[in-house]
Amino acid sequence: MALTAAPTSSLSHTADVARAWSLLDALTDPEIPVVTLRELGILRDVRASATGLEVVITPTYSGCPAMGQIEDDVKALLQAHGLQGRVVTQLAPAWTTDWMSEDAKDKLRAYGIAPPHACAREKSGSANVVQFAARGTKPEVVHCPQCGSANTTETSHFGSTACKALYRCLACMEPFDYFKPY
Amino acid sequence: MNAPVDYLLHLADNALILGQRNAEWCGHGPILEEDIALSNNSLDLIGQARMLYQRAAELQGGQATEDTLAYFRDVPDFKNYTLCELPHMPLMSATAQGDRDFAITIVRNFLYSSLMVLVWDQLQTSKDTQLAAIAAKSLKEVRYHLRHSRDWMVRMGDGTEASHAKAQAALDQLLPYCQEFWSTSPQEQAAQANGTGIDMAALQSDWNQIVDEALQEATLQRPTDGGFVPTGKQGIHSEHLGFVLAEMQSLARAHPEATW
Repeated sequence: MALTAAPTSSLSHTADVARAWSLLDALTDPEIPVVTLRELGILRDVRASATGLEVVITPTYSGCPAMGQIEDDVKALLQAHGLQGRVVTQLAPAWTTDWMSEDAKDKLRAYGIAPPHACAREKSGSANVVQFAARGTKPEVVHCPQCGSANTTETSHFGSTACKALYRCLACMEPFDYFKPY
Repeated sequence: MNAPVDYLLHLADNALILGQRNAEWCGHGPILEEDIALSNNSLDLIGQARMLYQRAAELQGGQATEDTLAYFRDVPDFKNYTLCELPHMPLMSATAQGDRDFAITIVRNFLYSSLMVLVWDQLQTSKDTQLAAIAAKSLKEVRYHLRHSRDWMVRMGDGTEASHAKAQAALDQLLPYCQEFWSTSPQEQAAQANGTGIDMAALQSDWNQIVDEALQEATLQRPTDGGFVPTGKQGIHSEHLGFVLAEMQSLARAHPEATW
């Protein structure tokens, strides 16, 4: 019977982790409320530590102003359900849009944002950089999320948030956002 | 392995000062899309600077934070390239007034981004694992910055007579400042020695290739190297940095304990 104390506490840790996962699973991105942090690949892990739960998140763009909000949202959600925890920001491996689930891409499309293509497998070295930047090379075709047409054009490399570019559909004439591969 | 604090500050100061300069376009871009693009560029740079300052503060210890490093150091403490602090204007006294020149902004972003795609790529294998992680993120961002600035530089150079002249003048003014990329500094030597930094001189031929290919496409003439080699990364700056810091730091210094 002397052994019961330790297993009970580790069991309750496991239960807390599971509960935190189920709560955080529903938490959406503050900028794009149709996809969850988990689907975007921002929420990396929930684990038990000696001082309580640790929720591991990874930043998207270095200067993304939503990261502070995301941290606050995570803390507030845990607190509201009586869980003690802290948020750990982890840089490596660097976040990539390739982590985004297919389900999330469908949700983005339905929301009016063209989902990211797979990242070009750029190896290191200058040759790739030049190739990437060359004017006149046709960038990948981005389909309009409204009408599905491939007849679209980039208005600006940079859009309303750090992660998006501005596009315009030449078929239905609607402007739309493209979630850039990162 | 820990990168030398001064080396992290050199990388951070480059990003912060250029980010602050590019932020001057916020609300003043020549067209809305460029206003947004330059603000995005600035946001990425300031984000990179924050991560680097956080790492530097962690290694420096004591009371250092990202904010004390950004807001409570003075001109001789900053280790950015002189290129990053210049105004978006033809050369003139720091107290003179002038209109911002978009060509200067674009050519500078191109020259700096052409360097940083190479630097961040190499730093991905830095022995300072936190710096390596920052490099991996920054590389993804600087590729977009290079694409944006290169595209505009080619459009201007290979554009009208007026746009060509502006792009050429910007290049003539800024390219000599890039000589500082290849000179040595104590922090770069220390970082290279312990495996957390890189051999900058080894990047020069790749950088030349990126620049020359773009200039050829842009029909711009590369000015000859020579003359004064700037010394910003050693803390000896142009007269312009003090004005950048005065604007950037005034709020934090007026209300040093403020939080929001």
